Amino acid sequence: MEACNCIEPQWPADELLMKYQYISDFFIALAYFSIPLELIYFVKKSAVFPYRWVLVQFGAFIVLCGATHLINLWTFSMHSRTVAIVMTTAKVLTAVVSCATALMLVHIIPDLLSVKTRELFLKNKAAELDREMGLIRTQEETGRHVRMLTHEIRSTLDRHTILKTTLVELGRTLALEECALWMPTRTGLELQLSYTLRQQNPVGYTVPIHLPVINQVFSSNRALKISPNSPVARMRPLAGKHMPGEVVAVRVPLLHLSNFQINDWPELSTKRYALMVLMLPSDSARQWHVHELELVEVVADQVAVALSHAAILEESMRARDLLMEQNIALDLARREAETAIRARNDFLAVMNHEMRTPMHAIIALSSLLQETELTPEQRLMVETILKSSHLLATLINDVLDLSRLEDGSLQLEIATFNLHSVFREVHNLIKPVASVKKLSVSLNLAADLPVQAVESLRDFRAPEFFPVQSDNHFYLRVQVKDSGSGINPQDIPKLFTKFAQTHSLATRNSGGSGLGLAICKRFVNLMEGHIWIESEGPGKGCTAIFIVKLGFAERSNESKLPFVTKVQANHVQTNFPGLKVLVMDDNGVSRSVTKGLLGHLGCDVTTVSSIDEFLHVISQEHKVVFMDVCMPGIDGYELAVRIHEKFTKRHERPVLVALTGNIDKMTKENCMRVGMDGVILKPVSVDKMRSVLSELLEHRVLFEAM
Amino acid sequence: MSAVKLESETMADGASQLQKQLVDYTASLFDEAFLDEQFNQLQQLQDENNPDFVVEVVSLFFKDSERLVDELTKALDQQTVDFKLVDKNVHQLKGSSSSIGVQRVQRACIAFRDCSEEQNVEGCLKSLQHVKHEYSLVKNKLETLFKLQRQLLAAGGPLPR
Repeated sequence: MEACNCIEPQWPADELLMKYQYISDFFIALAYFSIPLELIYFVKKSAVFPYRWVLVQFGAFIVLCGATHLINLWTFSMHSRTVAIVMTTAKVLTAVVSCATALMLVHIIPDLLSVKTRELFLKNKAAELDREMGLIRTQEETGRHVRMLTHEIRSTLDRHTILKTTLVELGRTLALEECALWMPTRTGLELQLSYTLRQQNPVGYTVPIHLPVINQVFSSNRALKISPNSPVARMRPLAGKHMPGEVVAVRVPLLHLSNFQINDWPELSTKRYALMVLMLPSDSARQWHVHELELVEVVADQVAVALSHAAILEESMRARDLLMEQNIALDLARREAETAIRARNDFLAVMNHEMRTPMHAIIALSSLLQETELTPEQRLMVETILKSSHLLATLINDVLDLSRLEDGSLQLEIATFNLHSVFREVHNLIKPVASVKKLSVSLNLAADLPVQAVESLRDFRAPEFFPVQSDNHFYLRVQVKDSGSGINPQDIPKLFTKFAQTHSLATRNSGGSGLGLAICKRFVNLMEGHIWIESEGPGKGCTAIFIVKLGFAERSNESKLPFVTKVQANHVQTNFPGLKVLVMDDNGVSRSVTKGLLGHLGCDVTTVSSIDEFLHVISQEHKVVFMDVCMPGIDGYELAVRIHEKFTKRHERPVLVALTGNIDKMTKENCMRVGMDGVILKPVSVDKMRSVLSELLEHRVLFEAM
Repeated sequence: MSAVKLESETMADGASQLQKQLVDYTASLFDEAFLDEQFNQLQQLQDENNPDFVVEVVSLFFKDSERLVDELTKALDQQTVDFKLVDKNVHQLKGSSSSIGVQRVQRACIAFRDCSEEQNVEGCLKSLQHVKHEYSLVKNKLETLFKLQRQLLAAGGPLPR
C-alpha cells in the first residue's frame, strides 16, 4: 500500500450509521441554507425591520453552520487533506460567528422586548383617545341641543311661550319623564307649580319657599341632584313599586327692571328665583351625566335672559301707553289753555270798552265840576275824585296793555315815521302835565338824528338822543333824566317788575301802579332793545335810558307789488315832453292809435310791429315800453323775460307795460310773473294813459288800470 | 255823446249850418252804435300837430280791414279751413275795430271769433257776411262824416270838439 495524505476518520466506517448521519447532515445543511433565504425573502417583503446587521450576522452564522454540515458530508469517507482543512476553517469561522452572535443577542433581546412594551403603551393611548373622542362628541351634541333650545326659547317674547317651549325642548332632548317649573307667588313666600310638561293643567300645588332643599338649590348656580321624595319632585302619584328616576333641580333667576343697572349684571341677593325640576324616567337606571347637568344650567340661564327680555318689552309697552295717555292729556290741557286765553281776550276786549266808558264819564264830568263854583271842601273832594279816577284809568289801560304784551298778542307795526315829530309830540304832551306839577321839561335832539325811521314806537318818554349809525340801521338812545328824589340802588332791580311799589320816579303819576316801567320794558324787549335805570342814590335824581335799533326809511318800495287802484290826483302830470317810448303792436291800426295817443301827451314814440324789430330798436333811451301781449303766435311774456335778461340793472330797464284786450286773472298773473310793471286794457283813453304814465314814472310800481 | 262846444258868433251862417249838420250826424252815429267812446278819444288826439290824425287812422283801418276780410274769405273758401289763420285774422280785425271805436264791427268780430273757436264753418261764413255788412255800413258813414268835415273846414268853420 502506498502512504497517502488522506486522513482517516476516527471511527471505522459503519455502513448503516454512516448512512443515517450522511442523510441527516445533508438535510441539516439544506435547512441551514434555506433559513436565511426565507429570512431574506420575508424581510424584503416587510418594509420595516430595524436590525439588518443582526440579520446579516445571523445569516452568516447559519450559512457557516450549514457549510460545516455540508462539508461534513465529505468526511464520512476518505477525504483529502484539503477537505479537512476546509472543514476546520469552516468550523472555526462558525465558532467565531456563533459566539459573536450569542454575545450580540444579549444586547438585542431586551430591546426587542421593550418594543413590545411600547406597543402596549400605544394601544392604551389609543384607547384613551377613543374615549376622549366619545366625550367630545357627546359634548358637541349637547352644545347643539343647547343652541337649538336657545333658539326656540329666544324666538319669542311672550313669557308663557318661552317657559312652555323650554320645558318641551328639555323634555325632548334629555328624554325626561317630567319637567316642571315652580314660580314664586306674589307674596314671595311660596313656590307655585306653574308649568309642567306632561300634565296639561297643573293643579295649584304650592310649597313654602324656605324648604332646605329649595334653599340649597337657590344658593348655587349649578344644577343639583335632589331626592325624588322632596315635595318639589313629588308631582305625580307614583305607581306602585316603580323606582323613581333621578331628579335634578336648578334655579332660574327672574330679573326685574329695577334690578338693572347700566353696566352691571345684577348680583343682588334680593333676587327672585324660579325652580326648574327635571325627572329622569323611572326604572330606566339612567343617571344624570355631567354634560346633561351642564346643559340644564345653560338652559336655565337662557330662560332667565329670555324672560328678562320679555319683561323689558312689557315694560316699554306700558311706558309707551303711559306716554300716549300723557300726550292726550297735555293736548287737552293745551286746548283748554288756548280756550282760556281766547276767553280772556274776549273778556278784555269787552271790558276794555265797558270799563273805559264809565271812567271817561267820571273823569269828564269831574273836570267839568271842577270848573264850577265850589266850596273849598267840595273842591278838595272833587280833586280827590279826579285824582283817583285818573289813577284808575291809568291802571285799566296799563293792565290791558300789559296783558296783551304778555301773551304776545301785541304786534309792532312796521312803518315809516318821522322821529323828530314824534319826539316833539311827546314833549308837547308832557309839558302841560309837568307844568301843573311845577316841573320843567326840555327836549334835546341830536343834530344827526335821522328824520325818518322805520319801526313803530308806541310809547316812550321824552328825550335826549345820541344815535349811533351803521349800514341800514342806527341805534337810538333815549334818556330821561330827572333831578328828583332818586332811587336807592338796591331798589333798581325791582323797578321793572310788575306792581312793585316804588317812590317818585319819572312815571306818569307819582305813586303809580308800578306797571308803567314794566310796560316800557316789555315794549323795549319787543323791539329787541335794552332799557335800564341809573341812579346815584336818594336825592340825586335818576335817569331812565333805553336803546333800540331802528332802520332807515327808504324812499321807494321796489320789491313790493301793491295793487294801487286809486291814483293820487296831485301827482298827475299833464304832459310828458320828450319822454322816449317804444310801442310794439302787430296791429297797424291800434299801433297808430297808441302812437297818436302818446304823441298827444308829448312823448317821443317809436313803433315796432315785430319782436325782432323790437329787440333791434330797444335801447336804454326808451323809458317806457308798451307791448301788446295778445299778439298771436308771439309770446309777449317771453319777450318780457328776454328784456329782463337784457337789462339786468333796474334803473337801466325801461318800464314794461302790457297792452291787452282781456284783463282776466290769468293774464294779470302772467304779467306779474314775467316782471311787467303794468297792465292796461285796450282801448285806452287819453286820461287813462296820462294817469298811467304819471304813476309809472313816479313809482315804477306795478299797478293795474282798467 | 261827446260834449260839443259851439264857436262864437264870428262864424259864418253857412259854416254854422254845416257845423250843426255835422254835430247831428255824429250824434246819430253814436246813437246807432256805429261808433263808441273810443272814437271820441281819437278825435281828442287831433290837434295842431296832428290835424288829420283821425282821417289817417281811419283810412289805415279801411285798408287793413279790407285786406283782412279778403284773407278771411279766401281762408273760408278752402276745402279744409285753417281755423288758426281765421282766428288770427279775426283777432286782428277785432283789435283794429276796437282801436277805432267802430262798435258794431267789433261786436260782429267777437261773434265771428266764437264761431271760429268752435270750428263751425257755417257759422264762420255767416259771421263773415255780418262783418262785411257792418263794415261797409260804417265805412259809408265815416266817409260821409269826413266829407262833412271837409266841407265845414272849406267853409272856414272850426270843427266841433
